[in-house]
Amino acid sequence: MALTLSSPARRRLRTLGFLSPWLIGFSVFFAYPLIATVYFSFMHYNQIQKPDFVGLRNWKYVFEQMPLFGPALWNTLWLVVVMVALRVVFGLSLGLLITKIKTGAGFFRTAFYLPYLAPPVAATVAFVFLLNPSTGPVNEILAHVGITGPNWFNDAAWAKPSLVLLSLWGIGDLMVIFMAALLDVPREQYEAAELDGAGAWSKFRYVTWPSITPIVMFAVVTGVVQTMQYYTQALVAGKIASGVSIGPGSVIQPGYPDHSTLTVPQLVYSMGFQNFNTGAACVLSLVLFAIAMAVTMLLMRKRSGLLAAED
Amino acid sequence: MTSTTLSPVPTAAPARVSGPAAARARRKRVLHWIAVHCVAIAVALLFVLPFVFVFLTSVMSDSQAMSGDLWPHAWHWENYKAVFATDGFLDWWKNSLLYAGLGTLFTVCSAIPVAYALAKFRFRGRRTAMILVISTMMLPPQVIVIPMYLVWAQQFHLSGTLWPLIIPMAFGDAYSIFLLRQFLLTIPKEYIESAKVDGCSELRTLLKIIVPMAKPGIAAIALFQFFYCWNDYFGPQIYAAQNPASWTLSYGLESFKSAHSVNWNLTMAATLLVMAPVCIVFFFAQKAFVEGVTLTGVKG
Repeated sequence: MALTLSSPARRRLRTLGFLSPWLIGFSVFFAYPLIATVYFSFMHYNQIQKPDFVGLRNWKYVFEQMPLFGPALWNTLWLVVVMVALRVVFGLSLGLLITKIKTGAGFFRTAFYLPYLAPPVAATVAFVFLLNPSTGPVNEILAHVGITGPNWFNDAAWAKPSLVLLSLWGIGDLMVIFMAALLDVPREQYEAAELDGAGAWSKFRYVTWPSITPIVMFAVVTGVVQTMQYYTQALVAGKIASGVSIGPGSVIQPGYPDHSTLTVPQLVYSMGFQNFNTGAACVLSLVLFAIAMAVTMLLMRKRSGLLAAED
Repeated sequence: MTSTTLSPVPTAAPARVSGPAAARARRKRVLHWIAVHCVAIAVALLFVLPFVFVFLTSVMSDSQAMSGDLWPHAWHWENYKAVFATDGFLDWWKNSLLYAGLGTLFTVCSAIPVAYALAKFRFRGRRTAMILVISTMMLPPQVIVIPMYLVWAQQFHLSGTLWPLIIPMAFGDAYSIFLLRQFLLTIPKEYIESAKVDGCSELRTLLKIIVPMAKPGIAAIALFQFFYCWNDYFGPQIYAAQNPASWTLSYGLESFKSAHSVNWNLTMAATLLVMAPVCIVFFFAQKAFVEGVTLTGVKG
C-alpha cells in the first residue's frame, strides 16, 4: 500500500480521479459555452438557419443602435451602486445591533434572518402586493398618518428604490456574516480602548473597523457580482406590477414601467429567447462577463479571504 | 440621591460601591439596554410585518382582498384549498422537489471528492484550479446560457424538461466545492495521516474519516443547493417555460398571479405555500445554515 501511494504517477492519477467530476463539468458546462458565446457573437444566427459570419456587426449594433442597451446598462449600474452600498451599511448596522442585544437575541436574529429565506419570486410577489399603490397595506398605513404614498413599482422613478427595499428586507445573509466578524474582534482591544477613554465612535473607528475591513470588502465584491446578475426580482416585479398576462411565447416589452426595471441579464434573455437575435445576446453576455471578471480579479487580489487559508 | 431611587435596577449586593458615580453608570447601562431593545423591536416589526400582511390577505374573501382592509372580516381558510385545487399546482410541487432533491444529491456527491482534493492534496496547478473554481462561481448564469440552451435543445432534445438543470449538478457546482473546501481546510492533517498509517486508501480515508467529520459542512452545502434549486427562476424559465408540466413552484407562482390577476387573496396564499417549505427546513436546520453562511465569509 505504502509503496503504491508514493509513486508519483499513481498520485497524479489519483488527483485526477478525485477532480474528474469538476474537470468534466468545467470543460463541458463552462469552457465550451464560453467559447461558443464568443463564436456566436460574430455570427448572425436566428437558431433555425445556419450561423452566418458577420464580423463586428453584432457588436456595433449593441453599442451603437440597440435602443434598450443604454437603459439596461444604466439600471444595472444604478442597482450595483445603490443596492450594494445600502445593503452593506444596513447589514453592518444590523450586525452591530444584534451583538448589542442582551435579551432575546435568538428571537431577533431569527426575525431579521427569516426574510432572506423567502424565495425571490415569492418575496417579490409579496412586495408588489404590499406596495401596490391603490390598496396595498403600506400606502394604506401611510394614508392613516396623512402621507400620500408613492406609486412604488408602478412609477418609473420609484420602481428601482422599491427593489432596493425588497433587497434590504432580505439582508439576513450579510447580517450573519457581519455578526460573526464582529464577534471575532478581540474583547481586550475594546477594553484597552476604553482605558484610553475612547467613546463609542472611536472604538468603532479604531478597533472594530480595521478588523472587519476584509469582510466588508468581501461583502462589497460579492454584492457587486450578485447585483450584476440581478434578474428574477426585477423581471417578476415588472411583470406583476404591469398586470400583463404572459402566456408562453408572447413577447412583452421588459422593464415595466418605462424600462426602469430592465437589467442587462433581462436583455440577454429577451434578445436570445424572445427575439432570437443570438449574436446580440452573446455580445451582451460578454459585456456582463467582462465586468464580472474584472470585479472577481479585484476580489482575488485584495485580501478578502477567498484564496487565503491555503495551508 | 434621587437618581438611585429612580433607577429601575435594584441594587444587587450590599458590598457594591454605591454613590453618584456608580448610579450614573448603572443608569447609563439601563438606558442603553432600553434604547437597543426599542430599536431592535422596531426593526423586527418591519421584518415580520410583510409576512403578517401576506397571511392576513391570504384568508380574506375575494372582495375584501381588493379593498384596503388590513384585517379579515371572516377567515376564509378554503382559499388554501382553492390554491391546491388550481390546475398544475401539485405538479409544480412535484417538479420543485425533483429539481431540488436530485440537484442537491448530485451536487453533494460530486463536490465531496473535488473539495477534498483541493483542500488536502498537493499538486501542480492547485492554485490555478482554485482560481478557476472561484471564477466559475462568480460568473453570471446568463453569460453561458445561450450556447448551453442550444446544445440541450438541439442535440439532446431536452428543452421542456428540468434535466438540463439537474444533470450538470452531477459534475461539481463551483459554489459548493468552494464552501466545502473552506470547511475541509479546518480538519487537521493528522487525522488523514494516521488513517494512512493504518493502511487506508485515499478513497477509504475520505469516506470513513473525512465525510463523518465534515458533516456540518456537507449539511451546509446541501441546504444551500436545495434552496438554490427551490428558488431558481431563471433556469426553469429557460428550459421549462414551454411545457407547463415541467414548471416548478418558483416559476409557476408568477403565472399563478397572472391567471388570478384580481385575486390577491389566492396569490398571497400561494406565495405563503411557496415560502413555507424553506422556512420549515430552516427551523430544523438553523445551526447548519447559519454556519454555512458564516463559512462564505471566512477570513484568511
